[in-house]
Amino acid sequence: MEHFTPFASLIGGILIGLSASAMLVFNGKIAGISGIVGGLVIPKANDTAWRAAFVAGLLTGGFILRLLAPQAFEFGIDRSGGALALAGFMVGFGARVANGCTSGHGVCGISRFSPRSIVATVIFIVAGAAGVYVVNHLLGGVI
Amino acid sequence: MKSTLVSFISGVIFSMGLGIGGMTQPAKVIGFLDFTGAWDASLAFVMLGAIGVHSLFYRMLRNRSSSRFSLAISLPSRTEIDSRLIGGSVIFGIGWGIAGFCPGPALTSLASGNLSVTIFSVAMIAGIFVFDFIRVLLAREVRAENTSGEVTEDSGLGYSRRANYGKRLPARE
Repeated sequence: MEHFTPFASLIGGILIGLSASAMLVFNGKIAGISGIVGGLVIPKANDTAWRAAFVAGLLTGGFILRLLAPQAFEFGIDRSGGALALAGFMVGFGARVANGCTSGHGVCGISRFSPRSIVATVIFIVAGAAGVYVVNHLLGGVI
Repeated sequence: MKSTLVSFISGVIFSMGLGIGGMTQPAKVIGFLDFTGAWDASLAFVMLGAIGVHSLFYRMLRNRSSSRFSLAISLPSRTEIDSRLIGGSVIFGIGWGIAGFCPGPALTSLASGNLSVTIFSVAMIAGIFVFDFIRVLLAREVRAENTSGEVTEDSGLGYSRRANYGKRLPARE
């Protein structure tokens, strides 16, 4: 393990957990990013402001990180535009097909001990590991 | 208004957590998924922290019928492990493994101005839009065909709402 950061990662995780909890306790909503964005595609009455506010918060947090800790955005991998576009589309589309992503299933769903979310998260990790194996070990880390 | 503010602050805290936790560094995410290489277990600690905290709050909330702001609590109602869940998860996972980004970190990282992140995020939002457009178009067709029946509208978040679409209004006398 080259860059093992258990302490920072645990703190980051606790913040994510607090954020998801605030959404549920105060607003009664699941902090699933793909679902929140998906609901903005064709906006429904009284169901848009909280979604837009959450996304605006994410971007604002991103700018705060850029000012205070730009190393948080270290990219560190070699990927072509085509590979990024393909991967991005798969992540967005796949998350909506599966009704959730790493936040909705991986954090919120597992916290409710939802069998669906546990299965989805295990598949995310196994399929992700397969993708990484192909790129890192068969293609030499460049795609 | 209060709830919109909570959403905004939650978004800020969420992205700070992603950044501090290492989720906005694709090399770190890929290191976590690289079980046969130099495995970096850090992201397991992100999950541990997030699930540990959130499961406690969820337990506290379980017996409440509405949120602290008296809003309805929208929890997913689906329980079936079907081909849609599995197929979507496989597509998502492979994409996650190729680029090392999932949706939250990708949106957060847009603030960095990095071109690679922008390409990924635009494609990701396109993937979400394509799915939701198809979903809504299909739902409209179902509604148009069912003029008297009850259809289940898929809200797309895993909540199924029973609704009487197209139910004829009682005739006026």
